[in-house]
Amino acid sequence: MLQKVLVANRGEIARRIIRACRRLGVMSVAVYSEADEHAPHVGEADEAVPIGPAPARQSYLSIDTIVGVACRVGADAVHPGYGFLSENWRFAQACRDAGLTFVGPSPEAIRRMGDKTEARRLMAAAGVPVLPGSQGAVSDAAEAERVSSAVGYPVPLKAAGGGGGIGMARVDGPADLAAAFATARRRAEAAFGDPALYVERYAERARHVEVQVLGDGQGSVLHLHERECSIQRRHQKLVEESPAPGLPAATKDGLTRAAVMGAAAIGYANAGTMEFLVDSGGRFWFLEMNTRLQVEHPVTEEVTGLDLVVAQLRVAAGEPLPWRQDDVVQRGAAMECRIYAEDPARGFLPSPGTISALVLPSGEGVRVECGVTAGGVVSVHYDPLLIKLVTRGATRAEAIERMERALGACVVEGVKTTIPFLRRVMAHPDFRRGVVHTQMVEQGAFNA
Amino acid sequence: MPEDIKAHITGVVFQVVAHPGDAVSEGDPVIVLESMKMEIPVEAPRAGAVKEIRVQEGQTVQEGDVIAVLE
Repeated sequence: MLQKVLVANRGEIARRIIRACRRLGVMSVAVYSEADEHAPHVGEADEAVPIGPAPARQSYLSIDTIVGVACRVGADAVHPGYGFLSENWRFAQACRDAGLTFVGPSPEAIRRMGDKTEARRLMAAAGVPVLPGSQGAVSDAAEAERVSSAVGYPVPLKAAGGGGGIGMARVDGPADLAAAFATARRRAEAAFGDPALYVERYAERARHVEVQVLGDGQGSVLHLHERECSIQRRHQKLVEESPAPGLPAATKDGLTRAAVMGAAAIGYANAGTMEFLVDSGGRFWFLEMNTRLQVEHPVTEEVTGLDLVVAQLRVAAGEPLPWRQDDVVQRGAAMECRIYAEDPARGFLPSPGTISALVLPSGEGVRVECGVTAGGVVSVHYDPLLIKLVTRGATRAEAIERMERALGACVVEGVKTTIPFLRRVMAHPDFRRGVVHTQMVEQGAFNA
Repeated sequence: MPEDIKAHITGVVFQVVAHPGDAVSEGDPVIVLESMKMEIPVEAPRAGAVKEIRVQEGQTVQEGDVIAVLE
């Protein structure tokens, strides 16, 4: 087993990883920026080391600093969490070069799946359905126009260098293409340092359904069932759940098979997520792979009873997966709501500030993953995720009912949060019937 | 009448788009703020010439701070 793990992250996910380390009797080392000196993850780790100023580029995104600290404190592994350096293959490579175990897939797997056109090509070759679109990146607006006309408008222009919907632009017709192409290139360059774009067919009113996979790098890849994540704003998720409600059995079977096939084709090790779009007819297409632990991993843990972070650490230590596919059973239903420091009444604008009061819910079937404390400052420098509320029930209706109570009991004062919005989602008749798609939030379905 | 342009959120100045003397139309971005990993433009409330830019890239501004002045 690993001896000492450096946790290269902050907020709720740093606390989550520290907890898993403790469960395994592994020492944990927190790192923190000047803005996070009093953050909860700092006090909970066995050791804590400052890594620089508040801006992430100078602290949580500094590969040299973090690898240097890991070596200095005698850590034998680094867990990147999600965000920050988690999908940066250079970081995984730097850890390997320094003799550190990176708790995640190989640098090669991160690099190949991080290049979204390469990922499309690899998955298509492995027999995973992909949306019709360009072969690789398109070289200019004229080529984008040719491909778009062939697959049919509207089309999304997507950044090849990175995913998560960042830099994505929807183009409704050929007249808009040249301007949208220029803007999307600029955004892709700014976000990922790579202006390359590709084109895919747009799936109207589609659902976002993803499959959790776990490989041990020793020939075994399992799936841990699916998650429904269609409630999104700016292509970022707000509510996730497992199972995906009303998913036809044949679709679910196809999705999980495709996910395992795709991950196995690249010899995937550790935890990862295969994301798909599913249309109203149950047809599905590969969207992208996230080569890391997901924010929403707790819903999978709640329905399978498995601890994904512990599994990540065990696999990273070289242990084979202790389960066969038949051992991984989905029981009941689980739901996650992300409480962000954002103002849903003003288009989800960020709302940094000081948390003046904080009351967290508890009770049967309620799990709270919280990265903040009362009196803590929510900084402009980091992601606005404050708290994840996770509920579980024997049925989806019970998980929703518990979520409604948990949201009602959760108090965060001093900053605006998504709580009022999330309560409207839980109360919405379509959501309660399990009828969801990725454009619902922007179409105003949950507006006050 | 000169008019102050104020930041509508707290953030760090990511980019100064307009410069003194530039003509802007209503809705044009004057600066872009970065806050919580989001880039948010602060737009000109009306057409006019930029008289003054009061912030620099990298600077932190609070909601309500004057970031620029229109002629």
